[in-house]
Amino acid sequence: MIWDALTLQLGYNATLVTVGAALLGMAAGATGSFLFLGKRALVSDAISHATLPGVALAFVAMVALGGDGRALPGLLAGSALSAAAGLLCVSALTNRTRLSEDAAIGAVLSVFFGFGIVLLTVIQSMSSGRQAGLESFLLGSTAGMLWQDAMVIAIGGAVVLALVALLRRPMTMVAFDREFAAGAGMNVPRIELAMMGLALAITVVGLKIVGLILIVALLIIPAVAARFWTDRVGHVVILAGLVGGVAGYCGTALSATAPALPTGPIIVLVSFALFALSLVAAPNRGVLAAVLRHRRFQARVHVRQGLLALAQGQPIYEGLTLRLMRRRGLIRPDGVATDQGQAQAAAALRDERRWQALRSDPAHEEAAASYDGLTPLDDILTPDQLTALDEGLRPKEVP
Amino acid sequence: MGEEFVVLSLAPIVIGICAAVACAIPGNFLLLRRQALIGDAISHVVLPGIVVAFLLTGVVSAWPMMLGAGAAALVAVGLIEAIRRLGKIEPGAAMGVVFTAMFAGGVLLLEQSDTSSVHLDVEHALYGNLESLIWLDAVGWSSLWDIEALRGLPPELPRMALTLAFVSVLTWVCWRPLKLSTFDEGFARTMGLPVGAIGLALVVVAAIAAVAAFDAVGSIIVIAMFICPPAAARMMTNGLEAQVAWSVLFAVISAVLGYVLAGYGPLWLGFDDAVSAAGMIATVSGVILALAAMFGPCRHRSGARAEPS
Amino acid sequence: MKLVTPETPQTDREALAASPLAIRGLTVSYAEKPAVFSVDATFQPGKMTAIVGPNGAGKSTMLKAALGIVTPLSGRVTAWGNPLDTMRARIAYVPQRASVDWDFPTRVLDVVLMGQYRQLGLLGRVKTRHIQTAINCLERVGMDGFADRQIGQLSGGQQQRVFLARALAQDADLYLLDEPFAGVDAATETAIISVLKSLREQGRTVVAVHHDLSTVADYFDWVFVINTSKVAEGPVAEAFTQANLQEAYGGRLATAQIGVTG
Repeated sequence: MIWDALTLQLGYNATLVTVGAALLGMAAGATGSFLFLGKRALVSDAISHATLPGVALAFVAMVALGGDGRALPGLLAGSALSAAAGLLCVSALTNRTRLSEDAAIGAVLSVFFGFGIVLLTVIQSMSSGRQAGLESFLLGSTAGMLWQDAMVIAIGGAVVLALVALLRRPMTMVAFDREFAAGAGMNVPRIELAMMGLALAITVVGLKIVGLILIVALLIIPAVAARFWTDRVGHVVILAGLVGGVAGYCGTALSATAPALPTGPIIVLVSFALFALSLVAAPNRGVLAAVLRHRRFQARVHVRQGLLALAQGQPIYEGLTLRLMRRRGLIRPDGVATDQGQAQAAAALRDERRWQALRSDPAHEEAAASYDGLTPLDDILTPDQLTALDEGLRPKEVP
Repeated sequence: MGEEFVVLSLAPIVIGICAAVACAIPGNFLLLRRQALIGDAISHVVLPGIVVAFLLTGVVSAWPMMLGAGAAALVAVGLIEAIRRLGKIEPGAAMGVVFTAMFAGGVLLLEQSDTSSVHLDVEHALYGNLESLIWLDAVGWSSLWDIEALRGLPPELPRMALTLAFVSVLTWVCWRPLKLSTFDEGFARTMGLPVGAIGLALVVVAAIAAVAAFDAVGSIIVIAMFICPPAAARMMTNGLEAQVAWSVLFAVISAVLGYVLAGYGPLWLGFDDAVSAAGMIATVSGVILALAAMFGPCRHRSGARAEPS
Repeated sequence: MKLVTPETPQTDREALAASPLAIRGLTVSYAEKPAVFSVDATFQPGKMTAIVGPNGAGKSTMLKAALGIVTPLSGRVTAWGNPLDTMRARIAYVPQRASVDWDFPTRVLDVVLMGQYRQLGLLGRVKTRHIQTAINCLERVGMDGFADRQIGQLSGGQQQRVFLARALAQDADLYLLDEPFAGVDAATETAIISVLKSLREQGRTVVAVHHDLSTVADYFDWVFVINTSKVAEGPVAEAFTQANLQEAYGGRLATAQIGVTG
């Protein structure tokens, strides 16, 4: 069954939805990484919650006009309008008042959502509203989806992905360095508007699959996961798109295999699993690597400090320094330096003196900038330069 | 305003007020610390908390669920902090990762477990059931002095009142360290204040208020009350004491007006059914915020923002 | 060679006991590069010491790590020979202005009263004498007319003076200031330096992170030169030398000095 789902053997609608979700996930991951790199990830939370009143009002409007209140394109258009209104409120509160953006986001998301709930209860009391099923927009639902709806999602996913691909260059530049982009003559506000517009489009297309509470996950989690693997903006965007695409594809396929596997939560949990994997295991920024590196670094600092103290006959106060030096056979259990310890201490002190001489010498300006107390000078200067430096040291050493 | 009001509306209004104020008070400090969205995160993870509590105990009763929700809130805060520190991820994104994933887990668990026999669903966690908290034993205002009738009050009322008392007393006692560490954390640390513990305590108090409130009024009011009344109050004054007082006033107005509009508004407009009180309370708080943002005497920023160092 | 100052533990212990703030082997690192490496410092009682060094040399970081505001990788800090935590009541700290949100809803007087937190405790009533102390401190920095102002309405120099008044309200024996003269007007600089000098006359110790080389000799009597690791420490006449500054600032020395004289 799972294999059937993953290889798109579960019928035409399910295939359309799965492909649509994959495209949507890719678009969401990429767009989300621009938001994340601009430190505005949670704006998407305001956007998604602000769709609810629009969905409800669109339903009411369509019923009032005598149509079918459940027509997906109409509902999505309504949700886009109210999400845009929410976005405007966020920027008005942030720019025109003393509130910070996070407070504006929280205010907009809760108020719009609350108002949406009010409208939902109004609809439930309408004669045509009992079976509206608008609650499915909260958590998404692909069960019993119509062919037209699946089509809307597949086309919508493809369109937003195409837009992201089209706009990736300017958005990368703005996310990476706003000032530089502005200096290079780009219309930064308009590009940021496009970014928000894309986030909005993704939210709207994703409403039916993932639901408005969880769609924000598709915009945030892939980007955060991707960030662990690379420091380059372009790569973050591509990786985030991949993570989002995989999550969308696998999540939708998995959920099609059993009734008790709701699509939205499964997609979110698949992307979270990819995030958790990245957090722990990513080679450079991952937690495991970082912890190991930090411990190595800490040991390096302590040993170096201990050696310098040893060479200068100063007391060592730190327990960790003593333990590390003992373990490396640099000092004996009673704290006296071993032969190896003495040799290394002398070397460390000589290195420190060389550094000192180097830093006093304007000729070595460039090399002096890389001083951090740890890097041995041997790594930076050629043997000839070292000899020259030692020449300069000698007369001062001997009184 | 007679018998019917006491039976049907008194308890929900008082519960609404207590919940709103209990959330608004810590909300002031969260707002000033740029942690306003912690309330959002906490209220989303209430769902997995209560679902797990239900799966463990097999019953839908208040205390295990509140414990479950509280535990989930703590787990969420711990995870956010861990991702922020270990992964060097900005707090907003870390929050977004954690609360969506936990909420998704909650929904999945709910779908997987057999909860058809009990009243436990996503909608309930989102918008509560304030309207159903009626005081059946009351016969009129005189019931307020009738011990027997008072015993019949919905249990949410004493629980929420107790929570409000706890939040208020704790805020009052810790006012100075809270203010000092919120304004100038580095200085507070050099005074020997346990800055980290104070920050954690604030989040825990917020979580307690949120967890106690969600059962009665649902998550959506919780988020709205954490942010909207303090944000509106922020635009009315330049003093912290006055700001907290304004936020309490706004929270009370939102609760009362929201409940009344939800319950009686549709009738005035000629509709038969009431609308969601929780949603209406959030809406009213938003209207108050909008008015404050347009006309509040202190709506503009004064002084430079802290530079991220 | 100043690097080799062999101190036996015995004399070091005496030095520690006498010093209001002594740092041993302090290393602080952001990411994987030490901002401060293995610094020893022994600040002298009753003196005014300037901590100087180029931008990014770890001046403020050293101070913050010594006070426990940032967590050091290694190192030991004592105040009058005791662990710093037991001596906090005698230490006042003036952070950089930019470290707080000046839009915070509070008045100037409230900020100064924060300095008396130790006397007031959790619930102690603010009495007339506390307010009087706060007003006196504001008077000393020339800000007594501003007690009821909202802090967001102050200029940069006035903000700095309010921070100094708050430290004065602490009535401490050791005053640590992080860039007190950064971006302030001339009147404020004069007001601050005269307050600091009066503190010294009362026998208190002042340590300030300072970036203006041209005023070091006028304002201070001791100097601590740092660039990641310690370059020199001593009386201005001995330690504030061209050679030491050259070592700390490198090629930036010319610009640093031109910047201050020109």
